[in-house]
Amino acid sequence: MSTLEIRDLHVSVATEDGAKEILKGVDLTVKSGETHAIMGPNGSGKSTLAYSIAGHPKYEITSGSVTLDGVDVLDMTVDERARAGLFLAMQYPVEIPGVSVANFLRAAKTALDGEAPSLRTWVKDVNGALERMTLDKTFSQRSVNEGFSGGEKKRHEIAQLELLNPKFAILDETDSGLDIDALRIVSEGVNRFSAQGDRGVLLITHYTRILRYIKPDFVHVFVAGKVADSGGAELAEELEANGYDKYTKAAV
Amino acid sequence: MTAPTTTANPTSSASYAGPVETRVVSHLHPEGSFDPADHEVPKGLEEIWRFTPLKRLRDLHKDAPLDGHDYEVSIDAAPEVRAESVGVDDPVRGSSTYKPVDRISARAWEAADRLFKVTVPTETVASKPTWVTFRGTGAQKAGAGHVVITAEAFSKATVVIDYVGSATWAENIEIVLGDGAQLTVVAVQDWDDDTVHVSHHHAHVGRDASLKHVLVSFGGDLVRINASVEYAGTGGDVDMLGLYFADAGQHLEHRLFVDHNNPKGRSKVEYKGALQGKDAHTVWIGDVLIRKEGVGIETYESNDNLVLTDGARADSVPNLEIETGEIEGAGHASTTGRFDDLHLFYLQSRGIPEVEARRLVVHGFFNDVIRRTGVPEIQDRLLQTVEAELAKHVGVSDAVASREA
Repeated sequence: MSTLEIRDLHVSVATEDGAKEILKGVDLTVKSGETHAIMGPNGSGKSTLAYSIAGHPKYEITSGSVTLDGVDVLDMTVDERARAGLFLAMQYPVEIPGVSVANFLRAAKTALDGEAPSLRTWVKDVNGALERMTLDKTFSQRSVNEGFSGGEKKRHEIAQLELLNPKFAILDETDSGLDIDALRIVSEGVNRFSAQGDRGVLLITHYTRILRYIKPDFVHVFVAGKVADSGGAELAEELEANGYDKYTKAAV
Repeated sequence: MTAPTTTANPTSSASYAGPVETRVVSHLHPEGSFDPADHEVPKGLEEIWRFTPLKRLRDLHKDAPLDGHDYEVSIDAAPEVRAESVGVDDPVRGSSTYKPVDRISARAWEAADRLFKVTVPTETVASKPTWVTFRGTGAQKAGAGHVVITAEAFSKATVVIDYVGSATWAENIEIVLGDGAQLTVVAVQDWDDDTVHVSHHHAHVGRDASLKHVLVSFGGDLVRINASVEYAGTGGDVDMLGLYFADAGQHLEHRLFVDHNNPKGRSKVEYKGALQGKDAHTVWIGDVLIRKEGVGIETYESNDNLVLTDGARADSVPNLEIETGEIEGAGHASTTGRFDDLHLFYLQSRGIPEVEARRLVVHGFFNDVIRRTGVPEIQDRLLQTVEAELAKHVGVSDAVASREA
């Protein structure tokens, strides 16, 4: 049983006009076994929250805390956070020329486990994870994200989620740009991950459609850099019907 | 890479058609001459010398005697291939039609007293690479060499020249491909730190022949290699691959010139380099000339540099001169960049430690060009050398350290 706890998190980015505060006091607690959906309009700071938890160098934490089972996450390097059990499925995964998916996955698995995976089972695991994402075997010989279609990039992120099996997964708009088939495949991957029962999911999305496939335990409305409202799955239905207007007007 | 990129891709004949001239006048590829006196002692401002630290040339560019013989050559030739040392009066000398284009090349031509000759007989397929190891045994006295590699018509072979040890060495290497020949030439500059090596490779590519020319430069204080290519007939196919890794204080310079003087030729140039440490300096010049005879040719050249630390400098200058627009395509690209933070972030976000992430990115950077050399013995060696170079600055990751322990 693990807990990811975010307390009064303030985050700024450097702009030409000086530091600009994006997150303005985020409070959120995710326990293993729970799926939380974070929904909000563009520019509300959802992705900033995801990247800040993962440790992206662009974002400066000005105050607040993020802890994993009481241990300070913000004090860790990016790779230490991953080894502590955090995983970020990115909205725009970067291309890394010349580094094959196979090498990349093995390097990641080796780093997380502290030892190289057994070759025989690992190849089978990789091929299985790719197959479940409807990515064929030759995919592992391609360079990481290079020339991948938008859908392939997202399915590759979820294949990693399955193989690396973190304690907490943060999915940053994994649904954006996916057609209905890809959305279903990706959602099934996330559901398999959650079905283990002791994993936490923080699902960041702009649209409600992915929530037809992934059932959240909690829904949070994210507006102007903080959580404006929280509720159960019914909150998503209300957002679907009424949009974010109620919240954005209140925030102004 | 977040680096500036330049590309040029002529798509219509109108935009790139040059003046119609039979002879090209350009400071980048002057008329050659065998007489050193025809080549002025460079002062350093000349276009072809401006990137080279002349002071470190040990007077090769002036009048340093080139009578040193402090070297050993060992040969492991394919049984089908002849590799021998002959007199400089051997008729094969000059068969590439090369005329020295700078003073060091002309002086080396004049001073060489032996000729090293590698011949792949007509219609012969070599069963393994022919490996020539040149070991310099002292850098005090300068010496000069001359090599002629001939792949006769419809032959197929790989020739590797492996330079190690200490030397002050000027040389000319002629590469001659008969019609339909398929030849791979690899020169590995893996010198000790005190070596100065100035070399000119010139290839004469027969009708429908294909040449893969590979330069790999890791070692030496100063390495400057010209590599030029011209076509003896139509349909010649040339791949020029290069890989270099400059450490603190090293000067590694590669100057390429492809002369599309015949129709239907193809050339592809791909050079990749990494730099690390104070005053590491690399120079890449990629000249391509498409003469009016070069109709229907296709050319593309690229150079990418990865700067690993502060204080290093990469110069990269692609030049394309086009005298006919009746071509399939011509383009070039040059990038110079630092480690991309986003690459590192992505890899680290999967738990991969920073040092290991840097290794992956650098290996990835070089991977494709190493693979394309197509010579397995060289590929393994290059991967190991890249690893060793990386260990100097980027550091050794725990995973690698434990594997080696």
